[in-house]
Amino acid sequence: MGKNLIDLTDITKTWDGVCVLDEMNLSIKENEFLTLLGPSGCGKSTTLRILGGFVTPDKGRVIFDGKDITNVPPNKRNLNTVFQKYALFPHMTVEENIAFGLKISGKTDQYIKDKIAYALKLVNLQGYEKRKPTLLSGGQQQRIAIARAIVNEPKVLLLDEPLGALDLKLRQDMQYELIRLKNELGITFIYVTHDQEEALTMSDTVVVMNQGYIQQMGTPEQIYNEPENAFVADFIGDSNILDATMIRDELVEILGVKFPCVDTGFGCSKPVDVVIRPEDLILSAPGNGRMDGTVTSVIFKGVHYEMEVMANGFEWLIQSTKSYPVGTEVSLDVDPYNIQIMHKPASEDEKAVAIDE
Amino acid sequence: MNKRKLLAGPYLVWAVGFIILPLLIVLYYGLTRADGSFTLENLTAIADPIHLKALGQSLLIALGSTVISLVIAYPLAYILSKLQSGRGGIMYMMFILPMWINFMLRVLAIQMILSNNGLLNALLTFLHLPAQHLMYSRAAILIGMTYDYLPFMILPIYNAMCKIDRDLLDAAADLGAGRIVTFRHVVLPLSLPGVISGIIMVFIPSISEFAIADILGGSKILLIGNVIEQEFSLSSNWNLGSGLSVILMIFIFISMAVMNRTDSPEEGLTI
Repeated sequence: MGKNLIDLTDITKTWDGVCVLDEMNLSIKENEFLTLLGPSGCGKSTTLRILGGFVTPDKGRVIFDGKDITNVPPNKRNLNTVFQKYALFPHMTVEENIAFGLKISGKTDQYIKDKIAYALKLVNLQGYEKRKPTLLSGGQQQRIAIARAIVNEPKVLLLDEPLGALDLKLRQDMQYELIRLKNELGITFIYVTHDQEEALTMSDTVVVMNQGYIQQMGTPEQIYNEPENAFVADFIGDSNILDATMIRDELVEILGVKFPCVDTGFGCSKPVDVVIRPEDLILSAPGNGRMDGTVTSVIFKGVHYEMEVMANGFEWLIQSTKSYPVGTEVSLDVDPYNIQIMHKPASEDEKAVAIDE
Repeated sequence: MNKRKLLAGPYLVWAVGFIILPLLIVLYYGLTRADGSFTLENLTAIADPIHLKALGQSLLIALGSTVISLVIAYPLAYILSKLQSGRGGIMYMMFILPMWINFMLRVLAIQMILSNNGLLNALLTFLHLPAQHLMYSRAAILIGMTYDYLPFMILPIYNAMCKIDRDLLDAAADLGAGRIVTFRHVVLPLSLPGVISGIIMVFIPSISEFAIADILGGSKILLIGNVIEQEFSLSSNWNLGSGLSVILMIFIFISMAVMNRTDSPEEGLTI
C-alpha cells in the first residue's frame, strides 16, 4: 500500500482527570481501510474526533499529508466525517444537505448538480433529491450522510460507528456497500466500531484499543489468528484463554498436559497466556487425544454446534460440525500451529488493560 | 374510549364556561345596540379618530416591545444555550425569576424606578447628568412592557436552541462552514420556531395591554386596551366595548395567521 497519509504522535487526551488516550502513536496509509476497534471508553471515538478536529489533544501532533494540522479547525481540514447519528440538517432537503459543503467551497451550480446526481447514484438513492431527511429510514439517512461527506472529495473519510443504529440485515448490506464505496472512491477510510465482526469483514488494518492504549495493530487475519495478548484474543471472537507454562521452545504445558506448539523465544519454564480458538479443538473418542473430558452442554448454532467440555478442571469452548450428546466422554487435541502463545502482561500498566469485564 | 372522554370533562366545563360562553357574549354585545337590536356600528366605531389613534399606539408599542425583546432575547438565548449545564442553569434562572413575581408588582417597581424622584433620576443626579422625565410617556410604557414580557421571548428561543443537536454544528464545521455560515444556515433556521412562538407570546398580550399603560402612561396615552376598559367601566357602554374587542380579536387572529405562514415553509415540520 501507499505512503503514510496520517501520523499521530504521542497523542494524549484527558477528560476530567481520566486519561482517555496515553501517548498514542498511529500511522495510517493512503487508500487504507483502517478500523479502530475496542469496547466503549477505549479512546477510539476520541481518536476519531481528534482527527476530525473536534477535540484538541493535550499533547502530541497530528500530521496530515506532511502538514501539522493539530490546531487546524475542522472546517479547514481536507477530511469529512460520517456521524454516528447521521447529523443531517433537518430543515434542508436531501439535495440541500449534500450541496452544503460544495456551496461553501464556492462550486458552480452545474458542478453541484452533477455531484449530487453522482453521489446519490453511488449510494443508490437516485430520485431522493427533494425529500426531507427526517422522513427517510435509518439506512437511507446513513447513505445520505455518506453522500454528503464524499461529494467534497476528502482524502480521508472518518466514520464514527455509522452502522450502530441499523438492524442486523441492513448492517451487513451496508458493510458490503462501504467496501464497494471505498474501492470506487480510492480514498482512506477510518472507521470506528465496537463490533469485531464488522472490523474483520471490512478492514485492511484493524487497530484494537483498550483504555487508551493500542493493544494490537494488524490485518484482520493477524488479529484473529495471532492475538498478541489475552485482551485481543478475548475481544476478537470466541476463545479459550488459559494460564500455561512454556517448558521450552515449541513445547507448552497446559493444565498439566504437554502440548507441542510452534512458538519459540519465550524462554524456559516461563508462565504465559495461551489462546486456542474453539473451532481449532479436535474432538475424538476417549484416549485418542491429549486430554479427556465430559461434554457438559451442546447448543446448535446453525453453521456448527457449540459445546462445552469439562477437562482437567477447565471448561473448554468447542465449535464443531459434529455433535456429541451431553455426558459423553471425549478426548481433546489441538494442532501445534493452532496454539497461540502470548506474553503475560509484564507491568502494572499492561495488566490494567488486560481483560477486565 | 368513554373513560378517556370523561377525563376531558373538567376541561370541557372550563372551556365552555370561560372561553366559549364569554366569547359568544362579547359577540352578542358587539353586534347589538343597548335595546338589543342588531347593528354593525360598534364594529365600525373603530374608524373614530380617537379609536384609530389608540389602535395605532397599541400596535406601535406592541411592535416596539416585541422587537426590543427579540433583540435582547435572541443573543442571550444563544449564549445561554452554549453555556455548560450548571452555569447555564443559574443564568437562565436569573432571567426567568421575574416571571415568578406578580405582574402588577413588577410594573409598580418600574414606576418607582422611572418616576421623577425615582431611582433612575437619583442615579443620574449623582452622576451629574440631567434628570429624565420618563414617566407618563410612550417610552415608559415600552420599558414596562418589554420588562414584563421579555421572559416569554427568552424561554421559547432558549428551548429551540437547546434542542439543536451539537452533532449538527460539528457536521457543519466538518463540511467547511465557519461560525457565521453555521449560524446563518443551521442555528438560525432551526431556532426560528422558537422565535415565532416568542413573537406571538410577546406581541399578542402587548397589543391588548392596558394596565401597564394605566400605571406608567397615566391617562395621557390611550391604548386600544384602555379605550375598551373605559367603555366597560366608566361609560358602561358594554356594546361599544365589545365591538372594539371583536375588532382587536380579528387583528390578533390576522397577525397569528401571518406568523404561522412564515413559520411553516421555513421549518417544513408540522407541529
